[in-house]
Amino acid sequence: MRHVTLSANGVRHELEVEPRELLVYVLRDRLELTGTNVGCDTSSCGSCTVLVNGEAVKSCTMLGVQADGMEITTIEGLATNGHLHPVQQAFHDHHALQCGYCTPGMVLAAVSLIDSGEAVDEAAIREGLEGNLCRCTGYHNIVKAVAAAAGVS
Amino acid sequence: MTTTETAGNFVGTSVKRKEDASLLRGSGTFVENLNLPGTVFMALVRSPYPHARIKSVNLDAAKAAEGVVAAFSGADLTEDWKGSLPCAWPVTEDIKMPPHYPLAVDEARYQGDGVAVVIAGSRAAAKDAAELIEVEYEQLGSIADVEKALADGAPLVHDDLGTNECYVWKLDSGDVQAAIDAADVVVTRRYFQPRLIPNAIEPRGVLAQVGPTDDVTLWSATQVPHVLRFALQLVLGITESKIRVIAPDVGGGFGSKLNVYAEEALAVALARRLGRPVKWTEERSENYQATIHGRDVVHELTFAATKDGAITAVKSEAKCAMGAYLQLVTPGIPLLGAWIYSGPYEIPNYSVTFTGVFTHTTPTDAYRGAGRPEATYVLERTMDALARELGMDPVELRRKNFVKEFPHTMASGLTIDSGDYEASLDRLLELLDLDGIRADQAERRARGDAKQIGVGFSTYNEMCGLAPSRILGAIRYAVGGWDSATIRFQPLGSVQVVTGTSPHGQSHETTWAQIVADELGVGVDDIEVLHGDTAVSQLGMDTYGSRSLAVGGMALYHASQKIVAKARRIVAHQLEVAEDDLEFADGSFSVKGSPDRSMGIAAAAFQAHAAHNLPDGMEPGLEEAATYDPANFSWPGGAHAAVVEVDTETGDTRLVRYVAVDDVGNPVNPQIIDGQVHGGVTQGIAAALYEEGTYDEEGNLLTTTMTTYLVPSAAELPSYETDRIETRADNPLGVKGVGETGTIAAAPAVINAIVDALSHLGVTDIQMPATPERVWTAIEEVRT
Repeated sequence: MRHVTLSANGVRHELEVEPRELLVYVLRDRLELTGTNVGCDTSSCGSCTVLVNGEAVKSCTMLGVQADGMEITTIEGLATNGHLHPVQQAFHDHHALQCGYCTPGMVLAAVSLIDSGEAVDEAAIREGLEGNLCRCTGYHNIVKAVAAAAGVS
Repeated sequence: MTTTETAGNFVGTSVKRKEDASLLRGSGTFVENLNLPGTVFMALVRSPYPHARIKSVNLDAAKAAEGVVAAFSGADLTEDWKGSLPCAWPVTEDIKMPPHYPLAVDEARYQGDGVAVVIAGSRAAAKDAAELIEVEYEQLGSIADVEKALADGAPLVHDDLGTNECYVWKLDSGDVQAAIDAADVVVTRRYFQPRLIPNAIEPRGVLAQVGPTDDVTLWSATQVPHVLRFALQLVLGITESKIRVIAPDVGGGFGSKLNVYAEEALAVALARRLGRPVKWTEERSENYQATIHGRDVVHELTFAATKDGAITAVKSEAKCAMGAYLQLVTPGIPLLGAWIYSGPYEIPNYSVTFTGVFTHTTPTDAYRGAGRPEATYVLERTMDALARELGMDPVELRRKNFVKEFPHTMASGLTIDSGDYEASLDRLLELLDLDGIRADQAERRARGDAKQIGVGFSTYNEMCGLAPSRILGAIRYAVGGWDSATIRFQPLGSVQVVTGTSPHGQSHETTWAQIVADELGVGVDDIEVLHGDTAVSQLGMDTYGSRSLAVGGMALYHASQKIVAKARRIVAHQLEVAEDDLEFADGSFSVKGSPDRSMGIAAAAFQAHAAHNLPDGMEPGLEEAATYDPANFSWPGGAHAAVVEVDTETGDTRLVRYVAVDDVGNPVNPQIIDGQVHGGVTQGIAAALYEEGTYDEEGNLLTTTMTTYLVPSAAELPSYETDRIETRADNPLGVKGVGETGTIAAAPAVINAIVDALSHLGVTDIQMPATPERVWTAIEEVRT
């Protein structure tokens, strides 16, 4: 077991984690932040995307011990005072989710893309979301929502 | 456009989804997020061989491992099964239906067949222990190809059957041979539609709890909680009334969760044995072996036609992979396309033959469209082949053969209630700018550009809204196709709606509320829609086959009518007028000619609850139920076009535009419908360009993860151009199904576009999926 100190959605946690434990299971099983979903074994689908120090990371590609000292934002930490984050709101307005399973990862990937200034047009948004798979929407409305949240047409 | 006949203002508008509030905040109730005290975790050992005799299973090391609670081989659990995992669709009298138990006992028949199971205190401990189970196998001969599996001497999947042929099913009408003999032109084409792996982004998962009186609660990521409930009685011998199945939030299905799976029965059986809740979550690589696949069909399709392009006969012969066992509706999947090999065209002579074939592969079953994409693909590809043969424009060939009057009884025997295929095509052409595309194409060809463009069409119809129970009975399906709804006014005027459908992304909570709100004259936000729990919704046939709106939605409509009728009696009694003297509009009953004398439906609901002054003999409360059995299938249709750019030097193909015009009847929520079309189209495009579940000759799965099975991302796809025309279905809401239309229509449009892009080089065929290698090879073959 290794001692890890991390911040999740602004709350500081001290944990003993197994060296082999993936960050996604630290979040889900230890911290009960079950909004972060697991969709594959191969870092392909992006359902488990969270923000680590503000940057999108697939939390199944990172060990819990590697998160020592870092600030993690999960989907549960995105809304403030009961108000949806603008990306969440845009997903609602543009019907950018159906079953909702990929949504937490997709929203956080979009937040990171917009915050980094890379969401400059449709092509850039599509390239930027390449690591997140959705099987329901065909991405059409996701791209619209992200463009709206980013303020690009 | 036809306007809605319903009373209120919600149907036809894009009401924002009720479902989003929890899903957007990460509060979804997916099975993997649920935990019960004392839960133990299940892991399976699966056969690494496509066919092997199980000589021994040694559980000792696993049982001794830290954290392990129990471990069982298939032989250890045979007493737990009172029946086989069910197949509900014995399509012929002499179909071969081998038994299929949750764990293999003597022989494993596909790679991924469950052989042993271990239970431990954590997911990781269970997975570690599974690796300690030693299984001694004797490898046996195996085969993955449907045609080779039918050859003499092929390795048999089930030795005692003496053959890999599961069934032969035929539908004949008219005289196809005479039409072929008399035809000016006969075109025969052969097609292979590969395996598709459904890839719901949420893998399957179960959590089983058994109480002290053998009462079972099973949470499952399923599309079919009601079907699962009675199937569990058949497999486990537990009376249905003691089984509660809950489908909480379910992360997509596309048919793959329309089933009864080994792990569902295993989790309940082991929870009974151990007295603890048992949980299992599928891994993605496990999903690729243990959850059903779709397609894997070899077709030969023949058209007979006159020289001016009137198609006089269609003849289809298909060999359809069943996989190693029959899952819930495996044999019936081809039949869901059997009646539409004439599509939107009037073709008087008709012959369809399906041969179901066992192979040493994962069982096949419903994947989005189920049977209809198979039929539509070969039909629409062959329309283009016939157009080339005749030297006709493929658009005009289609237009010439369209069914033009409705209702229309097809040669296959079913009646299309409504449609307007020409209007769909006309609107498509307006949006497409075909002249511009052809001009661009001509310029690129003249310049000899490396990058060529092509345009492909697919005009389609489909039968969905499964299904009229009498027809299901006639084609040997085990149960009916009706659905149910209960509507219940609470004392203070809010409304609870209980539906027998079981959504997993289809937005029923929103759409159903819109329908009921309009019928009752209440607000969408006053309505709560409950589903997916057999203790709450006791009767239902669940969600698949684009049935939920066309069947379940109609049950809502009828239950609403009963509510209004009872409320009308209450109001008439209290206002002391005849029922006929009351008008009902916007949620209020008023006396004709005296609009000041009125009572709202919510007030009537309170009177029903208080029961102080009801008509003699009336039962208190305002709650009504309806079951609805459709008289006909639902018949959406439309016209789609794909524009592709093909790099002739590398074979790389990019979809440039996709335009879809669909007729899904009266649109309840346009934004949600568009979303269904986008998603459906994407799965068809994915089949055309990217996805193929491949086996080697012996049945070893080669595409074992998402890194080799290519589910497209946003980067591979364009935004879509969609529009609708409307013809009302023959039901009071005028609604048709929509969930599968895009998948049915898209694949042939894309492949036709690629062939069109390369037609000047002499290319006439590309097999799905059109990988760069396949496209490049097709170009090279005609160049040399």
